[in-house]
Amino acid sequence: MLIRSPVDVPPSEITPREVYLDRRRFMQAGAAATLALLGGNAAAGLLAKPSPWSTGEAPNSRKDITSYNNFYEFGTSKSDPADSAQTLRTAPWSVVVEGEAGKPRRFAIEELLKIAPLEERVYRLRCVEGWSMVIPWVGFPLASLLRLVEPNSRAKFVAFESLADPQQMPGVKSRVLDWPYREGLRIDEAMHPLTILAVGLYGDVLPRQNGAPIRLVVPWKYGFKSIKSIVRIRLQEAQPVTSWSTANPSEYGFYSNVNPDVDHPRWSQATERRIGEFFRRKTLPFNGYAEQVAGLYRGMDLRRFF
Amino acid sequence: MLPRWVKPLYFLLALLPLLRLVVLVLTGGAVNPVEFITHSTGTWALIGLLVTLALTPLRRLSGYAPLLRLRRMAGLFAFFYACLHVLTYFVLDQSFDLQLLWRDVLKRPFVTLGFVAFVLLLPLAVTSTDGWMRRLKRNWGRLHRLVYPAAILVVLHYLWLVKRDLTQPLVYGLLLAVLLGGRVYWWYRGMRS
Repeated sequence: MLIRSPVDVPPSEITPREVYLDRRRFMQAGAAATLALLGGNAAAGLLAKPSPWSTGEAPNSRKDITSYNNFYEFGTSKSDPADSAQTLRTAPWSVVVEGEAGKPRRFAIEELLKIAPLEERVYRLRCVEGWSMVIPWVGFPLASLLRLVEPNSRAKFVAFESLADPQQMPGVKSRVLDWPYREGLRIDEAMHPLTILAVGLYGDVLPRQNGAPIRLVVPWKYGFKSIKSIVRIRLQEAQPVTSWSTANPSEYGFYSNVNPDVDHPRWSQATERRIGEFFRRKTLPFNGYAEQVAGLYRGMDLRRFF
Repeated sequence: MLPRWVKPLYFLLALLPLLRLVVLVLTGGAVNPVEFITHSTGTWALIGLLVTLALTPLRRLSGYAPLLRLRRMAGLFAFFYACLHVLTYFVLDQSFDLQLLWRDVLKRPFVTLGFVAFVLLLPLAVTSTDGWMRRLKRNWGRLHRLVYPAAILVVLHYLWLVKRDLTQPLVYGLLLAVLLGGRVYWWYRGMRS
């Protein structure tokens, strides 16, 4: 598979060689990140190197990104998560990585932060509801984690699960979705360099309402695929069951790639409202990442596998 | 007679949702202002309709006839918010494009329902004047029964657009069911006696 680099990267955004080689700084950054997460201090910074996978588009404000969230574990209104997610305990936290792998095991959040150098990934996010944002995530490729557990040849898919603790998450008491929240990717989607686990936002520790302490970000799929507050990752042979496609199979498919040509049964996906803009703009195939990911779906009928 | 201050008070109260909306949008209190304006004006149009429909049962229960003098203003305010709702959708969502609007109305069932409800309300707003009441005589009352199907369509419109959590539209639907159920009950009792 040929993966080309994005076209919209200005040369100024590519990491200078000196910085790239400065390993000591990364070690310190990792240590600082651990401290920041364990201290639960949202204002604590994470050192992250810029990434050639970032878009050059202007990011949305921190306020927009942290006060307009879909995180049903904390309520179904967009403002609920910012109000009620602050009770979530993000430390101690661990993620089990299990299933079809040679070395399955549990990772403490401190270990996850040191798996790979943290990068800033400025990505477009397109919600299935028809709005979008540009978000400066801090994270590392999901592939770096998966490689550590050595997936075997039966690992065709990756299933993800969020925390579902009614004590900490008031929305879990309501039956609006079948908890815990579940998502999944095909293994090649999971290993794609655009797919990251995010632990930060705007250079700081990830705010709780955005899926702290660790969440998935798959920028070419509708936002609901990017599962938040992950506690379990499972490599498996069968296609995973996912929350939204269980809740409404005719409206939400397993793939859910951003596609302006395949409408949601009740609304159009041809356009989107970028938060901060007045009129709607055209939605791009694969959310503008077609050059990098369209090859994953060559020969597939995207109307059928929506 | 209705005390003199009641109508001006209702007028001011009915303007509060608009005031709140303007303040929130201008102060940046809404992250997605267009969505907020659309949802807020739609919700207040529905609430306005429910208030309008509540006046007749309230009069029956309280025996206080002057309440009916508020009906016209309540109905017109509901229509006012419905107009803002439709305008927001047309201007900010469909970018003034009539063709785009028409396609959306035909293609999206929830838009179709909302659009039909608005069309049903139009003649009621136009014929709300004393002159039209006189001209239409008994037919005025018949015509204005269109508010019942319009309100039902508005609730269905709301139910159909919600992604997953149906609580809010169901609450409004229940209120409407009580208001319409009361009418059916009284009508049935009137038939029997």
